[in-house]
Amino acid sequence: MGNSAFFLVLRRMRAPIIVLIVIYGIAVIGLTLVPGVNAEGQPAAPLSFFHAFYFISYTATTIGFGEIPNAFSDAQRLWVTVCIYLTVVGWSYSVVTLIALLQDKSFQNTLTTNRFARRVRLLKEPFYLICGCGETGSLIAHNLDRINQAFVVIEKDELRVQELDLQDFKTDTPALAADARLPDNLLLAGLKHPKCRGVLAVTNDEQSNLAIAIAVRLLNPDIPVIARARSPAVKANMASFGTDHIINPFERFADHLSLAVAAPERFRLIELLTSLPETPIPEPHRPPAGHWILCGYGRFGQALADRLQPTGITLTIVDPGAAGADQSITGDGTEAETLRQAGIDKASGIIAGSDNDVNNLSIAVTAAELKPSLFVVLRQNHNANTPLFEAYHADFAMVPSRIVAQECIAILTTPLLARFLVEVRKRDEAWSGQLVGRLQGLCDGLTPTVWGIRLNISEAPAAWHALMHDKPFRLGDILLDGTDRSRRLDLVVLMVDRAEDCHLLPDDDFRLAAGDHLLLASPLSVLRNLKFSLQNANELDYVLDGKETSGTWLGRLLNARLAQPRP
Amino acid sequence: MNLEKVIFGFFIVLAATLNFGFFIGDIERPELHNVYELAAALIVSMIATALKFGDRTQIGAIHLSTSLVADLQLIAAALTWGIAVHITGVGMTPHVTSSVVSLSGGALFANVVSVIILIVETVMLRR
Repeated sequence: MGNSAFFLVLRRMRAPIIVLIVIYGIAVIGLTLVPGVNAEGQPAAPLSFFHAFYFISYTATTIGFGEIPNAFSDAQRLWVTVCIYLTVVGWSYSVVTLIALLQDKSFQNTLTTNRFARRVRLLKEPFYLICGCGETGSLIAHNLDRINQAFVVIEKDELRVQELDLQDFKTDTPALAADARLPDNLLLAGLKHPKCRGVLAVTNDEQSNLAIAIAVRLLNPDIPVIARARSPAVKANMASFGTDHIINPFERFADHLSLAVAAPERFRLIELLTSLPETPIPEPHRPPAGHWILCGYGRFGQALADRLQPTGITLTIVDPGAAGADQSITGDGTEAETLRQAGIDKASGIIAGSDNDVNNLSIAVTAAELKPSLFVVLRQNHNANTPLFEAYHADFAMVPSRIVAQECIAILTTPLLARFLVEVRKRDEAWSGQLVGRLQGLCDGLTPTVWGIRLNISEAPAAWHALMHDKPFRLGDILLDGTDRSRRLDLVVLMVDRAEDCHLLPDDDFRLAAGDHLLLASPLSVLRNLKFSLQNANELDYVLDGKETSGTWLGRLLNARLAQPRP
Repeated sequence: MNLEKVIFGFFIVLAATLNFGFFIGDIERPELHNVYELAAALIVSMIATALKFGDRTQIGAIHLSTSLVADLQLIAAALTWGIAVHITGVGMTPHVTSSVVSLSGGALFANVVSVIILIVETVMLRR
């Protein structure tokens, strides 16, 4: 694998090298046959092999020291003239072939592929394999980079890979321009690497995602695969062979919207916990119940209709091309006349959900002019149009790439969050509302980072030792600032998971045990602070009882002596 | 008939025969070992080496390595000759001649191995 570039060079250089050897051979042998001349002008013996080779070597490479060891005879000069042209042609041929080879596309591909494979092989930390680095992929990549998580990227489009190289990631990210559908490329990118933690199939193409998911299932069944699917058929196909997480942005958004109508506080809570960490807190959405107009009845429109109708909303569906739509209405909703036909005067909301960004904006602007109080839900298809959508400022915007990225990040970084969200669905609105209030106050205006830590020997060794051996502690004891223990850390402990037993929002008196899995929400700085306290025994001692020990053997011995009661 | 195979076989056998031609004869007598024959053996051996570049099979690798051994031995022989005649000026004494010829004898052995591999490869050929 590694020396295929070397073999390629050898194979391509075969002809020029043989030509050079032949030319040298002819020139040197010729020079040993042509008679020379001595200082007195008398004929002398020809050059010997040694001198002939020496002379041709410096003449062929156009160094040209002159006629060594003696001045040449005219016959020798005649032969040398021939040799000069011969050897120059030979060398030029070699050099031109070599340069052509270096510029050769396939040769450069071999070089970059080799370099990529070597970088992946040398990865020491756990990493994720991101297949497809379009809008979704790069959003995921940036967020993984923010939390110092390594990743490897495969993307079909070479331009995107080059762009990726220009973005300054904290870590050095191996990226390859190749088709992720081919299992060879997945293996090259570290699918069977012992540190590969999971694969994200988030390309724009449904069939590619499907191919990646099945390749991972067969080649490395132990690692999870997260795949994006738009159509129900592909989703069912993926589920059939056990894809771990299938994200359909349309269905997910429809779920969100219907939840926002039915249970706004609970929706707000889920939104806060699953949005990308440390981004501005999204504005609260309060979609009204009643009558809505749905423009665009494709896969997105159908997913919305399926979920909104059970919440009590009645829909007028506008889409000239779809069978399920109201056929008495003409036009696609971009004209005022169409919207009047659809009954905009008695509607409380409108969804601009076609797959065309310009049409969606046009629908939204027209509708808002006809009835400014209307609640507008806007679907954005391409990230490139973000400035337009920000300028319009819809009540509720749906960006597929963002939804997929959010969910991937939430699943990858905090597996416990999914369990917490299941528990949330069992609680009432008041409980959710109270928790939302606490979370919003955590990191002024930004969303909190949701993270998990397990009190075991590898993730929190100091806490594990303390719990196992000498001093068990309560939850409230460790939520103190490691730099000044009179201050409390700004965080919310969402859940403690102990062997299939979940404790939601535990209070300060909660007794922790070794092996507990904690789910917390806090700013990024608090995350580092608390992690350090739980991992470092000296820091933990300080946080628990204010003792500033150095932790050395001598120090501990002295402390033990001092602590002993004197007789 | 494959022209590439003809050329390949030709150079390998020619390298061996030229080498043999130089090697044969009383080891101490310079007049029995023509320096042109050594030069020809060296050039043909190097061409044979270049012909083997880029073959990624197991047999190709062995071919290349035997050829490299032959080149190395012949270059050493040529250097010995050059040093004795031009640098130290001792000339082709029986001692020098026997070193040059025995070095080429080593190369001859490598060339014979090359030829044997060529024969084995041909016998194994299924097309």
